[in-house]
Amino acid sequence: MKQDQTGGTAVAASANEYNVVPFKTRVLPYLIVAPALIITIGILIPFAMAIYYSMTSYSFRMPTYKFTNVKNWVSALTKGGFWKALWVTVRYAFFSVLIEMLLGMGVALILNTLNNKFSRIMKVCLIFPLMIAPITATIVWQLMLNNSVGVVEHLLNLFGVYNFPWAAGTKTALLTVVLIDTWVNTSFCMLLVLAGLQSLPKSPFESAKIDGGSTWFNFVNLTLPMLKPSLYIALLFRLMAALQEYSIIFGMTKGGPGDTLMNLSLTAYQTAFQYQKFGPSLPYILVLWVIINYLAKFIVGKQRAAQRQAAGLEE
Amino acid sequence: MKTGPKTGTKVLLNILLLIYSIFALFPLIWMVILSFKSDAQMYNTLFVFTPTLENYRIVLFTTDYPKYLLDSLIVSGFAVIVSVVVGVPAAYALARYDFKKKEDIAFQILSFKFAPEILVVLPLFMIYQKLHIYDTYFGLIWVYQLISMPLLIWVVRGYFEDISVEIEYAAQVDGYTWYQIFFKNLIPLIKPGLVSAALLAFIFAWNEFTFPLLLAGTNVQPITVAITKFLGTDTAHYGQLAVAAVVSALPAIIFALCIQKHLVRGLSFGAVKG
Repeated sequence: MKQDQTGGTAVAASANEYNVVPFKTRVLPYLIVAPALIITIGILIPFAMAIYYSMTSYSFRMPTYKFTNVKNWVSALTKGGFWKALWVTVRYAFFSVLIEMLLGMGVALILNTLNNKFSRIMKVCLIFPLMIAPITATIVWQLMLNNSVGVVEHLLNLFGVYNFPWAAGTKTALLTVVLIDTWVNTSFCMLLVLAGLQSLPKSPFESAKIDGGSTWFNFVNLTLPMLKPSLYIALLFRLMAALQEYSIIFGMTKGGPGDTLMNLSLTAYQTAFQYQKFGPSLPYILVLWVIINYLAKFIVGKQRAAQRQAAGLEE
Repeated sequence: MKTGPKTGTKVLLNILLLIYSIFALFPLIWMVILSFKSDAQMYNTLFVFTPTLENYRIVLFTTDYPKYLLDSLIVSGFAVIVSVVVGVPAAYALARYDFKKKEDIAFQILSFKFAPEILVVLPLFMIYQKLHIYDTYFGLIWVYQLISMPLLIWVVRGYFEDISVEIEYAAQVDGYTWYQIFFKNLIPLIKPGLVSAALLAFIFAWNEFTFPLLLAGTNVQPITVAITKFLGTDTAHYGQLAVAAVVSALPAIIFALCIQKHLVRGLSFGAVKG
């Protein structure tokens, strides 16, 4: 994650470089970090509990519960609902992140190329959707897509499309929530790519110009590899969030119509709170957690490799 | 590099940017437009109408909306204060000291950011009820640490690392104590970064929905949760819904404008130094 690991040398530790480091100096950093860890780990005890309770029949309604071993896991994993939810999760994350990355990169490239008044104003204004709560964004889009007061319906009428179902249709529901996610988060990718573009070193491009490479050639062989570290960071943050998206889908349809948009997060929520089956809800979300953890490690590794490669290109 | 594109290409790029800008900004403009429309005008007008403040009056003076705003402010504000008080020293330690497991601890803190919210909420729901902190300010402020703490620690750590250790050595030689150095030298140097990280953490906390929805909701009700109530009513006063959205979006957008320069760095947790 970290781009430079310099400056990490310890004031206290290196002052005593040639002596034995006193005990007080050695524990000091742990003591300083401890409160932050305690506050956050206090919250994280639930993780361990989640694994335990995933093997029980615990319910918020019942005072007692039984240890049921792997029963919840077997029943969750063999039910069609789980695989459907996983498929919804994957499709939602894939489409929203793919569109956001491509669109964000495109807009960043345009903003970077154009350096006029319009583009400078838009650099500021385009971050607005990113800053408002996703649940508010969902409401804004409901005001847009609504068939009676929405403005999109009027626009579509011009093209001869009437009563487009949006979130109410089984075929168009995913499109609708991905559209909202794209609206909110494209600027995140755009900002990161833009920062990457603006920190590109000049010299490789100057020598490329002397060599007479085409714009496209330079983009693929210079710009893109040097942007890769920023792109991976954007991918990391977006993918992790999209895989567990809850508020946009909840705000739009609560997972409906039917179970069209029930991803793993919503399925776990529904099983625990609506069906009051706490134990059986946990396997869904624990599987998601494993997937997210694995992917995060993978992307961080890729990001570091890209960073080394980009550093090589600068010379 | 800087010969610039041809005029034709430039026009095309401007048009593409315009199209995207309409997509990105029009929904917000529409939200503001609807907030000034009366219920009757909602259905028979598009852009030409007589603006009215009626919706604002109803939402701000006849509903509990101001109370929800206050709840949001209390919970997000205190969450950020706790994160700053506890997180800034931790960020300093992670930047300056070399100690065993340092990177592991730093990544542990970061990993909270990526934990699925529902996974945190499910067991917490149980624990909070046992500890009687369900639906309280304290409970929410605590769980909000998962949002604000990783952000603050990672971003502020980066700012500390940007400051040369030499400054601290020099001050030490001059006989200043560690506390004096920390508060008189270091904090003023990272202040712009710290303030913007804190504001961004506030925006994140302000926008949080899943935690307050499932761990609070009656006594303590931030606007993100309250706004869904405006949705639920089928009578559909769209104007009031729009007002609720405008009021909830406004603080976040204003703060974002204040911290523009630091935004990229904050959003990427210090990974991209924009």
